Amino acid sequence: MAGLALTLGLAPFGLVVGMAAEAKGLSLLETLLMSGLVYAGTAQLVALELWTDPAPILAATLAALVINLRMAPMGAALAPVLDRLQGLRLWGTLAVLVDNSFALTVAEMRAGRRDAAFLLGASLAMWVCWMATCTIGQVFGASLRLPAGHPVFFASVAALMSILVPLWRGRSDLLPWGVAGVLALAAHGLGLGQPWPVLAGALGGAAAGAVRDMRRR
Amino acid sequence: MSLRWDVLAAILGMVLATFLCRAGGYAILRVTRPPPFVQAMLQHLPGAIFVAFLAPALAREGWPAWVAGGAALLVQARLGRMVLSILVGVGVLWGIRALQ
Repeated sequence: MAGLALTLGLAPFGLVVGMAAEAKGLSLLETLLMSGLVYAGTAQLVALELWTDPAPILAATLAALVINLRMAPMGAALAPVLDRLQGLRLWGTLAVLVDNSFALTVAEMRAGRRDAAFLLGASLAMWVCWMATCTIGQVFGASLRLPAGHPVFFASVAALMSILVPLWRGRSDLLPWGVAGVLALAAHGLGLGQPWPVLAGALGGAAAGAVRDMRRR
Repeated sequence: MSLRWDVLAAILGMVLATFLCRAGGYAILRVTRPPPFVQAMLQHLPGAIFVAFLAPALAREGWPAWVAGGAALLVQARLGRMVLSILVGVGVLWGIRALQ
C-alpha cells in the first residue's frame, strides 16, 4: 500500500522529467538511459533546465553532484541496514537509493525491522514506475502541455509531507526539525539555490538534536 | 531512437556524480568509526533532511502550498492512508488556485 502511494507521488514527477527531456530534444532512448541510470528526479530536472546543444557534460555532472549531495547522509543513516550487505548487493542497493525508499526504510528500521531486501525492493518498485511515467512524459509531452506550476506536480511534495508522519518520534524531534526548517528557509531566503538550503537545514537540525542528546547524558 | 555521444557523456557524468553521492556517505562510515557526536547526529538526520527539503519547496509556492501541505500531513496523521493524503494535498492546492 505504501508502495502504491509513493508511486502516486512519483508519477507526476516522472511526467515532468519526460516532458522536459522531450522539450530539450532528447530521444526516448536517451531519456530512458538518463532516468534509468541517474534515477534522481530533481537533479535531472535541473540538468535539463540548463541543457544546451551540444550536451553540457560538465554542467550536467556538477548539477547532479550538487543536488544529490543530500543523499550522502541518507546512506550513512541507513548503516544499521546496510552493514549486513557486502559487495555488489551493498553498492547495488546504494546505487538505486531514493528519498522515498529511504524514508520507508527508516520507518521500518525504527519499528525494529532491519531488512535490506525491503530497501532494495522499494527502490526497484519505484524505479519501474519512474521509467513508465518518464516514457509517457517523453512520448506524449508535446500533446499534454501541462504548465510547470500545475497543482498535479504538488503530488511529490504531498508524498514527502505524508512521509514526515512515520518519521516523527515525538516531542524530542521538535528541536532538530524546527532548527532544520528555520535554517533551510533562511538559506533559501538568502537566495542560495539547492543543495545549500537542504544541507544547511539537515546538518544544522541534526547537530542541534545531537548537542541536546549529549548534554542530557 | 538516436543516441548521441555528447548526450551519452553528459548522462554518464551525471550517473557517476550521483553514485558518488549515494554511496559516499556510507563508504566513509564503513572505513572509519564516527565519533559519538556524529553518531548522535545520524539519529536525527532522516527527519531533518526531509524538513529542510520541504520548507523551501513550500516557501517557493507561497501560502496555498503551506495549507495544502498541512492538509496532506493532517490526513496522514489521522487516517494513515498515504494515497488519500497525496490526493487531498493536490486537491486542496488545486481548489485554492481555482478560487484565486
